[in-house]
Amino acid sequence: MATDTKTLLFKPVVAENPITLQILGICSALAVTTSLRVTIVMCIALTVVTAFSNFFISMVRNYMPSSIRIIIQMAIISALVIAVDQLLQAFAYEVSKQLSVFVGLIITNCIVMGRAEAFAMKNPPVPSFMDGIGNGLGYSSVLLILATVRELFGSGSLFGIEIFPLVSNGGWYQGNGLMLLAPSAFFIIGFLIWIVRTKRVDQVEKNEFHIAPHTTREVVH
Amino acid sequence: MGLRRILDDMAPQFQKGGRYEKFYALYEAVDTAFYSPSRVTVTGSHVRDGVDLKRVMITVWIAAFPAMFYGMYNVGFQATSAMANMGLTSTGDWHAYWIEMFSSYNPASIWDCFWYGAVHYIPIYAVVFIVGGFWEVLFATIRRHEINEGFFVTSVLFSLIVPPDIPLWQAALGISFGVVVGKEVFGGTGKNFLNPALVGRAFLFFAYAPQISGDAVWTAVDGFSGATSLSQLAASGLPAISAATGQELTWLDAFIGREQGSIGETSTLAILIGGALLLYTRIASWRIMLGMFLGMTAFATLLNVAGSDTNPFFATPWYWHLVLGGFAFGMVFMATDPVSASMTNTGKWVYGALIGAMTILIRVLNPAYPEGVMLAILFGNLFAPLIDYVVVRANIKRRLARNGI
Repeated sequence: MATDTKTLLFKPVVAENPITLQILGICSALAVTTSLRVTIVMCIALTVVTAFSNFFISMVRNYMPSSIRIIIQMAIISALVIAVDQLLQAFAYEVSKQLSVFVGLIITNCIVMGRAEAFAMKNPPVPSFMDGIGNGLGYSSVLLILATVRELFGSGSLFGIEIFPLVSNGGWYQGNGLMLLAPSAFFIIGFLIWIVRTKRVDQVEKNEFHIAPHTTREVVH
Repeated sequence: MGLRRILDDMAPQFQKGGRYEKFYALYEAVDTAFYSPSRVTVTGSHVRDGVDLKRVMITVWIAAFPAMFYGMYNVGFQATSAMANMGLTSTGDWHAYWIEMFSSYNPASIWDCFWYGAVHYIPIYAVVFIVGGFWEVLFATIRRHEINEGFFVTSVLFSLIVPPDIPLWQAALGISFGVVVGKEVFGGTGKNFLNPALVGRAFLFFAYAPQISGDAVWTAVDGFSGATSLSQLAASGLPAISAATGQELTWLDAFIGREQGSIGETSTLAILIGGALLLYTRIASWRIMLGMFLGMTAFATLLNVAGSDTNPFFATPWYWHLVLGGFAFGMVFMATDPVSASMTNTGKWVYGALIGAMTILIRVLNPAYPEGVMLAILFGNLFAPLIDYVVVRANIKRRLARNGI
């Protein structure tokens, strides 16, 4: 499974995006994307955790008994998440408060576990590290799009800086309240998947069933 | 048959290989609007394709007319009465130009009220129709489907369940969301599991809550604010006060529809006239309507009996729930949408009853929303396939048991 760094880094951004292709990590994608600033912190946290957990798990992969490997992986991931959480509380307390439980929940993020199982268990540390960064980038790219759309149309601003002046502040833009609710992220992810799969037809899943054509007859006028 | 010949002459251009192949959907729409189509459905027509569907949809469209015309009158009546109370002599916006051209602001004159309402309603309907039609034609053209009359129904129903004050760009956004996300992404007419008109309204309800809920939007006069009958009931119980005239609202007023509200939903009488047409032509299912009515009655009576010291809404009897808010409109036009409702006969009873009970549950027990029909029907839509599944499984089991296998 020797692949070059470029593929490892950039394949997960569009071609094998963890969110739009594998539909992983949706929970945090819904929860933290109402403001761009918080989203960026979340993206960095997740990318760092994925990269380092891949790295460490790959280092010890040959010493792990397969029956308890999940527990060992969890221990490594938890340690990293706690470290990230403590760092955030120390240096970015406001953002850490807004992220609330979602930093802690990186432990259960399917992307982290998925990459550890699927990639780090079979590959040497450095490619695993790159794979972690790459998947972090894939996750981040979707979250950044989500956050841009949601913050711009929901509260008319980006990074808290006013772009569209809101009606409530005497401007002209009527904020779209739905964008600030979690379901809007579902719709936007749906539209993203639609766009990606229109361009990359190979990602479209096969129909589970086939609808038979209709029986019609010609009528003479 | 000059027109027939013109259409036939044009046909080759639009068929496969012709110059305007891409626009076949448009040609087909015009052709079948005038003439019976050359292909008609012979098997069950509940899925799609189906030309019988065309006439079905047109009938539903016509059935919405009583509610629509009464709605226009009532929008005017509510607004002009409110203006008389407030001492206004002109609406002072672009509507005023058209209103004053043909009428004045006299609440006693039927024509004045009707014209006032028409000036407010027709732009909404036109916007909804054009924007919704644009999406429908776009998808039909790309997918090489035929343009479906289902969208006539969606557009008229959608325009009747928005407040008369709604900004036109919001109406456009709502119908876009309803048609694209509620219907087209699932494959178009016949494949949507939710009612597209309600999806559009739910979008507006959550996105632009200030323009589609609260007290200020239900009468088409700027600066007028009056609680709807339902929010009055939620706050203090019966009797409700008519916001526009300031008099007590009798049951008959509410039944005829002399109250403020969304454009087409105030008059239970007009809706029932449309409903009678739907039942007579067997387009709408009487099982769903009756099931919904019984579910509502049973749950409302249960709450009457249970009683509550803190929530006066508990005491509202079923015959008031029937005539207030959008219950009647939802029962006749929305819940009976054959695509998103249950298909089996037993399932229709369950589906209707579920929606009826759910409506009262949301209205009375949820302090945030005094109106619950929209959410209840969307909820019912989600459960319709499951209800059908259970009914079908039960039937299979029963037959197996009967045959002793």
